[in-house]
Amino acid sequence: MTHTRKHQFTLGRVVLYLLLILFALYYIIPLYVTLSTSFKSLDEIRSGNLLALPQVWQFESWGKAWSSACTGVTCNGLQPFFWNSLEMVVPAVLISTFIGAFNGYVFAHWRFRGSEMLFAALLVGCFIPFQVVLLPMARLLGEFGLANTTTGLVFVHVVYGTAFTTLFFRNYYTSVPEELIKAARIDGAGFFLIFRKIVLPISGPIFVVCIIWQFTQIWNDFLFGIVFASGDSQPITVGLNNLVNTSTGVKEYNVNMAAAVIAALPTLLVYLVAGRYFVRGLTAGAVKG
Amino acid sequence: MSIRKQFDRWIPQLVLGPTLIASLVFVYGFIFLTGYLSLTESRMMPNFEFSGLTQYHTLFDNERWWTSLTNLGIFGVLFIGLSITIGLFLAILLDQKIRGEGFLRAIYLYPMALSFIVTGTAWKWMLNPSLGLEKVMHDWGWTSFTFDWLVNSDMSIYTVVIAGVWQSSGFVMALFLAGLRGIDDEIIKAAQVDGASLPTIYWRIVIPAMRPVFFSVILILSHIAIKSFDLVIALTSGGPGNSSDVPAIFMYQFSFTRGQLGLGSASAMMMLATIVAVLVPLMYLETRSAKAMR
Repeated sequence: MTHTRKHQFTLGRVVLYLLLILFALYYIIPLYVTLSTSFKSLDEIRSGNLLALPQVWQFESWGKAWSSACTGVTCNGLQPFFWNSLEMVVPAVLISTFIGAFNGYVFAHWRFRGSEMLFAALLVGCFIPFQVVLLPMARLLGEFGLANTTTGLVFVHVVYGTAFTTLFFRNYYTSVPEELIKAARIDGAGFFLIFRKIVLPISGPIFVVCIIWQFTQIWNDFLFGIVFASGDSQPITVGLNNLVNTSTGVKEYNVNMAAAVIAALPTLLVYLVAGRYFVRGLTAGAVKG
Repeated sequence: MSIRKQFDRWIPQLVLGPTLIASLVFVYGFIFLTGYLSLTESRMMPNFEFSGLTQYHTLFDNERWWTSLTNLGIFGVLFIGLSITIGLFLAILLDQKIRGEGFLRAIYLYPMALSFIVTGTAWKWMLNPSLGLEKVMHDWGWTSFTFDWLVNSDMSIYTVVIAGVWQSSGFVMALFLAGLRGIDDEIIKAAQVDGASLPTIYWRIVIPAMRPVFFSVILILSHIAIKSFDLVIALTSGGPGNSSDVPAIFMYQFSFTRGQLGLGSASAMMMLATIVAVLVPLMYLETRSAKAMR
């Protein structure tokens, strides 16, 4: 939206920019405090000001958070949890995206009688609070020997992530002209050929959006992690929570803050590199979700 | 018709098959199972003997459950209200042809990329009663300043509001900004020609035109609020005592640490009922207003 009046250095503009900067500070300060605390020594944390930069930069807290801080009974830092999360997130994202692409393609261009209704029924999966499926799922994973395994977590994330990925792809593919698909069908091209030759080549952006969305969701998940995993299969969010709540004597705030940054780093990096797509995913998921 | 042709005709259904079956079993089937479990006497082990609404009676006699519900109410209303106020305000500010808009937007929105556990950990440190913001104020000479909400059982739920709004308001801003950009310039120009002031234009024309955005924002935020679990765990662990308990924590503790499967299931079903009670009227209103627009 634009308006015609020319903007000069009026008082209103100054106030406007001041407000915007104040809000920017509000959002940035917690990140700044977390980072600066992680580089301070414990003495400096106790004597100094929360908002001050470290006077002496120390890096031991980062090493400790990564490889030797205690997270309950074990003291190997966040490192094992980090790898668990990575091992979980890569297959879970790829599988759920792949399935979502095919589902979305069907719902957009291979409609059959009742497919709209099935789509609506599938979307219910986006709305339920997961608490309502936790107990049966825990039992099921136990029966199949998948309880407390990364495979089990991948399975759960794929099952409950597919509704979202299907929604993404379906909404994107409905913007592909129907005539294009129809013409190819008349020429005798089948389901998979049309997908590969016509649909897939224009799917780049939606794949990026969907992968980023799923990566962020699954990396940041805590509920499934704490319910379905234990010990050596727990994801990083659970690891961070354990680390912060394990107190052996002195509370090491600098280690806690370094650990928080480590846990946040992958999704923050994705946001920095592909923020545009991240926003698109959020709004796309939001418009219908 | 050849077998090959027959097969081709069914490909779409075959492709959807696994997802639909998974949804039928793991969403609908599991909701049914949880619902059934909530009508039994199950404790440590599931017990399939029907016992009517006993668990719901127990649930609604449980003081902790009421604390959880009250907290959800406080958190939900404030979280949604403040996120919308801040988000809309920021979106309108950013819509005034701002230099460096992309940069500012990136700053406002980055918390959304974080997990609630990280947000909770960071804010727990900021709000630390002896070393956090309270100490900053003391260092700056305001020695009577106290901010002990994190350990004050009357105020602990409000710390969850603070952190939750911090995390989600930027996202709300992005949604409103997208809505603002979708509004036809001509309408605004016409109103300006008629002599309407900028605040009036926003209040009377722009905001009403964003009705659908309001619906989806409220939808998403109430969904986040009702499910909220990790943020509370990381920030207060439901404490002090159980003063900042929410239904999701109640469900988790009764189901997985206290071995009260029946009661846990009943609380899960109540969470589902709450979501349905919020979403269904919202969606109904939204489709009705969408029809009225046409």
